[in-house]
Amino acid sequence: MSAVFFFFAAIGAISGAIGVVTLRNPFYAVLSLAFHLVMLAALFLLLRAEFVAAAQVVVYAGAVMVLYVFVVAYVGGGESLPSGAVLRVLGPLFALALVIELCIAMLGSGLSGVKHHGAPYVLGFGTPQHIGTLFLTKYLFPFEAASILLLVAAIGAVVLARRRAGLEDTDEPEAPDEIQIRSAQPGYVGSMAEGAGVRPAPHDPSIDPHVEPVGGSAEVKRGGW
Amino acid sequence: MSTTTFAWLVLLCPLLGTVVIGLGHRWLPGRSAGWLGTAAIALAFIFSLVVLIKLLGQPESHRQLVSALWDYNVTSGVDARMQILVDPLSVFMILVVSGVSTLIHLYSVSYMNEDLGYRRYFSYLNYFVFSMLLLVLAGNFIILIIGWAFVGAASYLLISFWYRRTTATRAGLKAFLINVVGDVGLVLGTFFLFKHTGTVGFLRTFHEVRHVFTHNQPDLVAACLLLGVGAFAKSAQVPLHTWLPDAMEGPTPVSALIHAATMVTAGVYLIARMHPLFEHAPTAADVTAIGGGLTLLIAATIALVQVDIKRVIAYSTMSQIGYMIMAVSVGAYSAGLFHLMTHAFFKALLFMAAGSIIGAMAGVQSLDRMGGFRRALPFTFACFVVGGLALSGLPPLSGWLSKDDIIGYVLHRGGLFVVLAVIAYIGALLTPIYTFRMIFRAFFGEAVEEARELEHGHLHHAEVPRNPMTGEEEDTEVGFPGPGHFIAEREWPMKIAMGALAVLAVIGGVIQIPGVDDAVTNFLKPTFADSRLAHVQTPTGASWVGLIIGAVIALFGITLAYRVWVAMPGTAASLEERLPRLHRFLMNKWYFDELIDFVVVRPVLWLGGVTSGIGERVVIGDIVTGGATGIVRAGSAAVRRAQTGFLRYYAAGMVVAISVVALYFLVSS
Amino acid sequence: MAIGWYLVVSAIVFCIGAGGVLVRRDPLVILLCLELMLNGANLALVAFARMWGTESGQIFALIVMVVAACEVTVGLGLIVAIYRRRLPIDVDELSELHG
Repeated sequence: MSAVFFFFAAIGAISGAIGVVTLRNPFYAVLSLAFHLVMLAALFLLLRAEFVAAAQVVVYAGAVMVLYVFVVAYVGGGESLPSGAVLRVLGPLFALALVIELCIAMLGSGLSGVKHHGAPYVLGFGTPQHIGTLFLTKYLFPFEAASILLLVAAIGAVVLARRRAGLEDTDEPEAPDEIQIRSAQPGYVGSMAEGAGVRPAPHDPSIDPHVEPVGGSAEVKRGGW
Repeated sequence: MSTTTFAWLVLLCPLLGTVVIGLGHRWLPGRSAGWLGTAAIALAFIFSLVVLIKLLGQPESHRQLVSALWDYNVTSGVDARMQILVDPLSVFMILVVSGVSTLIHLYSVSYMNEDLGYRRYFSYLNYFVFSMLLLVLAGNFIILIIGWAFVGAASYLLISFWYRRTTATRAGLKAFLINVVGDVGLVLGTFFLFKHTGTVGFLRTFHEVRHVFTHNQPDLVAACLLLGVGAFAKSAQVPLHTWLPDAMEGPTPVSALIHAATMVTAGVYLIARMHPLFEHAPTAADVTAIGGGLTLLIAATIALVQVDIKRVIAYSTMSQIGYMIMAVSVGAYSAGLFHLMTHAFFKALLFMAAGSIIGAMAGVQSLDRMGGFRRALPFTFACFVVGGLALSGLPPLSGWLSKDDIIGYVLHRGGLFVVLAVIAYIGALLTPIYTFRMIFRAFFGEAVEEARELEHGHLHHAEVPRNPMTGEEEDTEVGFPGPGHFIAEREWPMKIAMGALAVLAVIGGVIQIPGVDDAVTNFLKPTFADSRLAHVQTPTGASWVGLIIGAVIALFGITLAYRVWVAMPGTAASLEERLPRLHRFLMNKWYFDELIDFVVVRPVLWLGGVTSGIGERVVIGDIVTGGATGIVRAGSAAVRRAQTGFLRYYAAGMVVAISVVALYFLVSS
Repeated sequence: MAIGWYLVVSAIVFCIGAGGVLVRRDPLVILLCLELMLNGANLALVAFARMWGTESGQIFALIVMVVAACEVTVGLGLIVAIYRRRLPIDVDELSELHG
């Protein structure tokens, strides 16, 4: 009996996957993925992971896919775009190569237990009680880390998608091209260039223009170096 | 306090003077910097006298005292200490140096009175005196080299004191560069010696030299020759002499101190100090003696035609140092050092007097424009005459006793040294000629305008200050000479200094009259006790004969000068017309500057051009740096092409990579 | 059913997703294919958890689901932001991050 269910769910999952990849309209692709997720939940049930299956349906198919639907509705879904010729052929080829490799790896290796139906069933395996206990004792740290990750993602999404006034970033003020200090400039700064006559002292009407700033200004007569 | 403590105090005084004046120049009122500097050196002189007295109080065998302040490195095969050696030779030198320096500082107080660089001047001058004292008090090669280098630096600072004059800065650079050549010789010579003796201390080196080296061993000869290079550079002997005439760009007191009395005598001191080495390698001593003799003659001939009054005196200095170098190279140590002392007196006096007459001429130094100052500058004239007579070697002045002492000794050595003695006598004939040429031209004859003004009590002032060598206009701000001009007749510090030196020039010879007292020789005996040559004294009779010959030559020279320049004016001009090529040869200073330019300066500049053009720009710039950056750029350009920006190619890359890695692991398991 | 079958299914789903990422141009669909890959991994995890009898695999699968949710959130936020700036929603056009 379970074999029948298995094949039913497996084929449903694979066809859903193929639907995601091939359907042109993104809306249909989303629906196809939702179907695939439900089939996967059935597979989880067959593997006695009840809580995971429920979470899959509620969170994944329920929340994440709805989110997708909203975005597809907003964005509008692009028209069918033909992909570049090269990757159109090579893409599936690479995928095929990968699947063959993976199968060989998993089945060809001497992994014991692939031939079996699984370990003996412990009562309460996969139930929410067991999962909850594990989350709050042995896997407490990943649990908390995951919650922080969710927080970060939520904030990130809000920041990314918020509407700003206008299209460009106008948060920073315009930097002025040239900063003009309009303070009163002293006429004779006393720099060596002025003293040597290389650069004339800036024009300041308060200074007598007939006084030549000779090297070593005129009032220093006390004898220096 | 012990003798060596006072010696350290001698060193400390000018050092303190430099530091206080240098760092505190802003708070020193008025002209106090000059008095402070003078006081510092005067104090050093007093301490030197104390050292002398205390040293004389010791028994003769205990008169070589060593004192170290701290150790630099006394372990790994070297014994470097901050060490001084107090023995008769160094005491003799510090007395001469500090004594003459005090008088020159006093002179400078009024000579540099209105110069805007007054405080800087005294700081530099004190620094120089400190370096010179360090040099002569050094107890090992390390301190000697340090003092040597300091003296070179001080000389550079003081020659280019009026730094806005291009001629002055060029002269300073020239002096410094040639001094560096000497420094190289000194350091290399030290290394040669150290390699064999394993010690840098003087006394130990001298003790070891006979055991470690054989007579005239090539290494020792090389070391002594290298030390001789150092001595020649510092003492301006041929061929490293070209810096001394140009060094007259410095203020006149600087010329008096550095380039007459002290720094240029450092070479003489060096050879005298290293006498055990030179005596053990007579080849080197002969080379230096010949060098001294040649310089003596060459410098005297050049002095005959010089027009700048300071350059005449400069070449005279070069010539007299040639005498001293010759003396200490052949073994006449006490004679050479005695001449050093008397020369310091009368040469400094001559320079000071020259400064006075230059002041009267408002900065002009050319003999062509001077004349008839006898009535206007009587005191200066008297000082010139006293200095000139001492320089010429007229009895009974000091120069006569010292110079002819040297010649007598050289003659007595015999053999090929007779040639040197003849050269020395020719030089002795030329000396009064050029000296009195200078005096007669400046003070006799038709009084020039400046002299006439001065006779009426008005000191001439130039409307536009000019560079005395090139004639270009300048001003009197910082970096140029100040607006004031000073003559000895009006400034009492100058008068006192010159008067003291004149008295010393006259009576200074009294301490070494042959046969009567040999105070200098006896005093220096502990230093030269290990010399084989110093004991060979000229018999009294022979030395008196030499003295009389010297006196006759001096009188002849003075009379000749009188006839040419006073009695029959125009003789000089007609001589010049009849021997134009000789005149030109002498005017161009035997073409030494051109020779050095061709042999040394041009190749070095060419090498510099090649290194900068090819080595720096092409090899390092383009090939090494450019090549490295080029390779990096090319590499990164190649890698950059993988960054296309297409997401799906990146994804494809990732998938392929995963497949390959998985394949690898599959296969290898 | 033997666990091996589940693993094969998971591999197939994963590789379909990988192929989809390489082939499609619409970023929305690419994100969907990424979800496929994550789900394939989830299936494998749960299968192994059944195989060994420990629940760690299931815990891991739940965490993967959390991560997938976050990634979808941020990715869709990016797409919305791109749409707002009137840029074409096409990964071949959005290629400014190049060398």
